[in-house]
Amino acid sequence: MSTMTQTEDRTTREYNSNSGGVAQSEPQRGYLQPPVNVVETKDGYILEAEMPGVGKDGLEVLLENNELTIVGHRRSFEGGEPLYRESVDRDFRRTFVLDPAIDTAKITARVERGVLTLNLPKAEQVKPRKISVE
Amino acid sequence: MKLMRFQRPHVSNWSPLDQFESLRNEINRLFENPLAGVSENFNTWAPALDLYEDKDNLVATAELPGMKKEEIEISLHEGNLTIAGERKVEKQYGEKETQRSERFFGRFQRTIALPKTVDANGVKAAYKDGVLTVTLPKSPEAKPKQIAVSTN
Repeated sequence: MSTMTQTEDRTTREYNSNSGGVAQSEPQRGYLQPPVNVVETKDGYILEAEMPGVGKDGLEVLLENNELTIVGHRRSFEGGEPLYRESVDRDFRRTFVLDPAIDTAKITARVERGVLTLNLPKAEQVKPRKISVE
Repeated sequence: MKLMRFQRPHVSNWSPLDQFESLRNEINRLFENPLAGVSENFNTWAPALDLYEDKDNLVATAELPGMKKEEIEISLHEGNLTIAGERKVEKQYGEKETQRSERFFGRFQRTIALPKTVDANGVKAAYKDGVLTVTLPKSPEAKPKQIAVSTN
């Protein structure tokens, strides 16, 4: 099972700290929560979020203290009468609490084919270093 | 109106641990976003499909983030449009520890019965920002015709 270490959702944190309870409704109501993959490497974290229909112009990445919020505004198809719909006409939004080891000044974001990739590098001084023995 | 027929996609890399992981994700998602409901296909991928109609065309759109054009298969058979493909893991990132794994990789297939006849030769497909748009021109007999009323 995955260890809920440093990069975690606000909601996960709320749930974990709320012993035996159900997660409180969070401020992201009314938005779609994009599915994400998060991996930790020795250099930092990489977060991939699926936001189909969101291009570069529709994307916002907001950083406040150690909270990172991703927002994706999407354009739905125009120019036709809908006969059948499964897609949800809502924007994407999700907030993560960042590991303090992340150098927030060096975060980079890229969106390609509806997938946002965030590169969250760790600060140099916290990277594992190999110390050579004299 | 029963418009679609769902075919269960083939599930590739199955492992008991994956199942636990996706169960946990599913439960978390329910707590986090009760509106979303349980994904209709546990641990499989059924991309959202829409169908629109304008004067000349039926237009189907499918949410397929992170695919390559070449990995998407579109076919038309007896008035059924099928969109299938396989999403592969693109980046491995070397030595890593997975913290969250909510994205689905593997095969999917969706079929939708088209409510009007279309001209199979004129079908066009475009893929942009992870959304596939298939434009299917209606055949002449499926288009509304204006009939002039003659007066005498």
